[in-house]
Amino acid sequence: MREVAIVGLGCTKFGEMWDKSFRDLFIEAGLMALEDAGMSGAQVEALYGGNMSSGIFIQQEHVGALIADYSGLISNNVPSTRVEAACASGGLALRSGIIAVASEYHDIVISAGIEKMTDIGAEKAMDALAAAADREWEAAVGATFPGLYAMMARAHMHEFGTTREQLAQVAVKNHYHGSMNPRAQFRNRITIDSVISSPLVADPLRLFDCSPITDGAAAVVLVPAERAREFTDTPIYVKAASQASDTISLHDRRSLTSIDATTVAADRAFKTARLERSNIDVAEVHDCFTIAEIMAIEDLRFFEKGRGGPATLAGDTAIGGKIPINTSGGLKACGHPVGATGIKQAVEIAEQLRGDAGKRQVEGAEIGLTHNVGGTGGTVVVHILAR
Amino acid sequence: MNVPRFCREIPSRYNLIGTKCENCDTYYFPPRRVCITCRRKGVIREYQFEGSGKVVTHTTIYSAPENFSKMTPYVLAIVELDEGPKLTAQIVCDPSEVKIGMRVKSVFRKLGEEGPDGVIYYGTKFIPA
Ligand SMILES: [Zn+2]
Repeated sequence: MREVAIVGLGCTKFGEMWDKSFRDLFIEAGLMALEDAGMSGAQVEALYGGNMSSGIFIQQEHVGALIADYSGLISNNVPSTRVEAACASGGLALRSGIIAVASEYHDIVISAGIEKMTDIGAEKAMDALAAAADREWEAAVGATFPGLYAMMARAHMHEFGTTREQLAQVAVKNHYHGSMNPRAQFRNRITIDSVISSPLVADPLRLFDCSPITDGAAAVVLVPAERAREFTDTPIYVKAASQASDTISLHDRRSLTSIDATTVAADRAFKTARLERSNIDVAEVHDCFTIAEIMAIEDLRFFEKGRGGPATLAGDTAIGGKIPINTSGGLKACGHPVGATGIKQAVEIAEQLRGDAGKRQVEGAEIGLTHNVGGTGGTVVVHILAR
Repeated sequence: MNVPRFCREIPSRYNLIGTKCENCDTYYFPPRRVCITCRRKGVIREYQFEGSGKVVTHTTIYSAPENFSKMTPYVLAIVELDEGPKLTAQIVCDPSEVKIGMRVKSVFRKLGEEGPDGVIYYGTKFIPA
């Protein structure tokens, strides 16, 4: 296995983009990444596209070929593969691309993620997202995606005394970070009061505890580390790309207050990278709901189990705190185009490590981590990146 | 979910029929045809659950997709059956009534409606015991 580097970054603005199609979004992100790497499309050898549910969102499958076609890569007949693991599709597309380069199968690969969610109504989108859970034994009895995370929140509050205010602070902090990110869907700052007075979605989770429905795409260019300097002065090296699975249903898990696949994937990643938790300067974690960020920072072992809420309220996870989490605004404020999220996380961390994150720059960041969850924890992908 | 797909699992949905591995005495609901511990060495038999258990966590759903939207707000929980396995189910009670640790028993009820023909689905819910 050889070391892999990220040499090009591309990410569209996230939001409700009625004037842009699925193809438009992918092309924009892909060309941005190639431009950033100073590379022509003719050099690309393979494409991996993370996408959860184009079949439901835009009634289009076979999007591997579609994105290769419309980005002009079809003239070389490059192999283009769609990768799906619900909300972790992007993270998995990144890992697939890394494996392809690390194994010497390909030299120059684009890993991308894309989701066009707003062409259908909110109720239908909600049902599409419920497909990340077990359709037969969760969704079929009335479980919604927010409902499943709400049950984790309830159990976490019961077991560790996590409070409503601590959950709300995750959203407040991520909106604050998002306010400094030009790509973010929401750039307004909010207060704890506005979160806890927003409408109930699935008790105890309210509207402002939930990530939004979003259109967006992101892409990165991967090359062997020894060739990275041909394309950029600021290569970002992949120190680990790990993945773990668990039961698809929440009710079959060992614990309702931890996502075990997060801990396993992180342990594998830190072992591969030969790094400690304390080496991480900045992280993007999967905050599809406020409770998800609290569980993530505990299960990644940045904080002791049960201390995620208090640490958040104390400001430890804000820019300037002990370990800044979700400087992009996270899924909550930057937006959550499900298949694109895992790639956007890598783009954000790479920008932080390059020192290009503008107002939200974490001073001196050298090593960062991304954490992407599919469903309620059936798939977790963790990457460690370094400059 | 379409009708044949739903009907395929009717014995389990209506009557809480799951499975048990006779090799390691593990009960499964929803039913599994492969024991996760013994795999091919497992001996899987059908098992009729008693239908008693307790709530391990819960929520009240205020916002639901089309087939459940008429029923909001409704209480949803993870119930641990006395035989061991856990499942996701609705609890027929007031949202203020449900508590972690509450004893419940299974009942046969309407689950939801779907499509313009108003196909009605039935299945297992739980009531406070
Ligand atoms: Zn067995």
